[in-house]
Amino acid sequence: MNRSRLLLLGAEAVAQGAIDAGLSGVYAYPGTPSTEITEYIQRSSLARQRAIRAAWSANEKTAYEAALGMSYAGKRSLVCMKHVGLNVAADAFMNSAITGVNGGLVLAVADDPSMHSSQNEQDSRVYGRFAMTPVLEPASQQELYDAMFHAFELSESVKLPVVVRLATRLSHSRAGVELKAPVEQNRLNAEYAPGRFVLMPHNARAQYRHLLDLQPKLEALSESSFLNRPVEGRGPLGIIAFGIGYNYAMEARKAHGIECRLLKIGQYPPPRTQVNELFEACSEVLVVEEGYPVYEELFRGYFGSPKVRGRLDGALPRDGELTTDLVAAALGVKLPEIAAVPEIVANRPPELCKGCGHRDMFDAINIAIRENADHHVFSDIGCYTLGALPPYNAIHTCVDMGASITMAKGAADAGLRPAVCVIGDSTFAHSGMTGLLDAVNDRAPVTVIIADNDTTAMTGGQCSSASGSKLVKICLGLGVEQARIRTITPLRQHLDENVAVLREEFAYDGVSVVIVRRECIETAAKKKRRSAATGQ
Amino acid sequence: MQKNIILAGVGGQGILSIAAVIDWAALQEGLNLRQAEVHGMSQRGGAVQSHLRISDQEIFADLIGLGTADLILSVEPLEALRYLPYLAPSGRVVTSLDPFVNMTGYPSMEEIEAELGKTDRPVLVHAAELAREAGSARASNMVMLGAGAPFTGIAPSKLEAGIEALFGSKGREIVEINIRAFRAGVQLSNA
Repeated sequence: MNRSRLLLLGAEAVAQGAIDAGLSGVYAYPGTPSTEITEYIQRSSLARQRAIRAAWSANEKTAYEAALGMSYAGKRSLVCMKHVGLNVAADAFMNSAITGVNGGLVLAVADDPSMHSSQNEQDSRVYGRFAMTPVLEPASQQELYDAMFHAFELSESVKLPVVVRLATRLSHSRAGVELKAPVEQNRLNAEYAPGRFVLMPHNARAQYRHLLDLQPKLEALSESSFLNRPVEGRGPLGIIAFGIGYNYAMEARKAHGIECRLLKIGQYPPPRTQVNELFEACSEVLVVEEGYPVYEELFRGYFGSPKVRGRLDGALPRDGELTTDLVAAALGVKLPEIAAVPEIVANRPPELCKGCGHRDMFDAINIAIRENADHHVFSDIGCYTLGALPPYNAIHTCVDMGASITMAKGAADAGLRPAVCVIGDSTFAHSGMTGLLDAVNDRAPVTVIIADNDTTAMTGGQCSSASGSKLVKICLGLGVEQARIRTITPLRQHLDENVAVLREEFAYDGVSVVIVRRECIETAAKKKRRSAATGQ
Repeated sequence: MQKNIILAGVGGQGILSIAAVIDWAALQEGLNLRQAEVHGMSQRGGAVQSHLRISDQEIFADLIGLGTADLILSVEPLEALRYLPYLAPSGRVVTSLDPFVNMTGYPSMEEIEAELGKTDRPVLVHAAELAREAGSARASNMVMLGAGAPFTGIAPSKLEAGIEALFGSKGREIVEINIRAFRAGVQLSNA
């Protein structure tokens, strides 16, 4: 296939766009639906040829800060994460809007409305408003690709980080994308500008004032952005369609022959003149946003506007992702009767793979923990979260990355015995280490079970930042006693001895770590296939 | 020309390979396409689906509207039923009859076939058996692609070229097994 038209996932269009726009480094921690951006760059031959730095970071905060450092040094950098990852990177993100950037810095953040693979459906556009920095929200794979060039140019012209927001349905959907000629990478050009980058109060105040003064310019730039445009139409009914909301609005308009004016918005802050024109021309305006009703709420104002319709008045559902049918119904279309799902169709929830070491781990934990009157197990985010489902029902919390250790510590402080948590190797490296240090410093009676499968399995087997002997060294370094670091192998034939080890550590009155180590069977199989292929 | 196709199955059964072949052929034909797929947690043995839309005009939405699918192509019989609300009145169901039981409450095959029988001329395929005859049970997804081929709007020869392109790097034998499996499916649908 020629280079000019490729079939790309939305996430891959972001990646190819960034490479072609002169990227020098991508920084990321895996998270659905953002993982494929970085994976694509890791596989790309052009990226290798251009020596684009692309290894995984320990977490989203370290990723963001490294991207900011590369920008400081004058080069174009990309940092990728899922929506909840931006909570982890929020400190760096917010303050990078105050310092501003040097080389173009683009944050690609993938939201997951309807929570296909996430614990919430927070809308990253709110972060964009919070930081007062431009947000781009392309509607198609082609727009995503083109927007990456625009994002880097915009970032360098206003000297601010630029957010590219995409949602699951765009990130994980393929389409043909026309490529442009790649542009050169920036040269090393570290900026000596302590007045901008040293955020002591006197500098920070001046920089914040500068950010506020930039806002009218950002609005003016949105007026001429290729991502914002009125679509031909007439009549008293109007639609403001943001991001992929545009796709559903256009589809509904076409399928049901709806007469209306439509304003497509894909660059924020929204273009005030275009919005005003639509509101003046229409007696009713439906606001279609994939995510929170962020702009609908602003358009309504505190005292309300009878003109505005959307998620807040029930025209569209308040939560969940949009569809063509939901937008059509909001426009008054009576949808035809459709077949129901037959009653015999039972749910098919995801499960741990057959032969997965986590299965043997949960068997052992369940036996050892249920010998106690209180048997809560705090847990974390990864494949092992599936241990919450039958037949195991083995874990009782999953909140945010790393929370298992610190929650177990807090519960131990409250008097809960035993205080047990399960965390994966990659999640431990991401956000577990500082929590373990807290537990050590406070001599908290917690048992930290680290499920070490030597990979970031749930997102498809990316390299883990800390596994194997490195994990042991980290625990020792954080102050866990050597005798209280136990390593077991989760296999059926070791069940009795594994239960015995867990029992001992649950009973110990201090910090202990049980490393449950067996390679993920998926990554092991992948390695085997790869070595068989190269052996031929 | 516009086709809305729902591909259905269980995580790990290879529906994305089916999608990749159709995508490749559609792109070669100069058609527009959108193909939304499921990554992440559900891939671990859960219900997965892909919305595939092909058209000679501009396509806006990545998702298929309810009641507008021309084809539900499923590699698992219970999964074919899960997406019936998407089926257009004139749409067709093509499904494998090989159950994948990794859940509680899996209904009997009689119940499943009774429900499938309520759709317009369902194409029911013993995919694993035909794939084994073609050379490998692992090619049953290509049997299903063949069985669904007449409803995709793309010529079988173009899809075969897609199989060549997709499996080419795995060697001649793998390509031939998959082509044989595909043809067995096509033959069944045309019979």
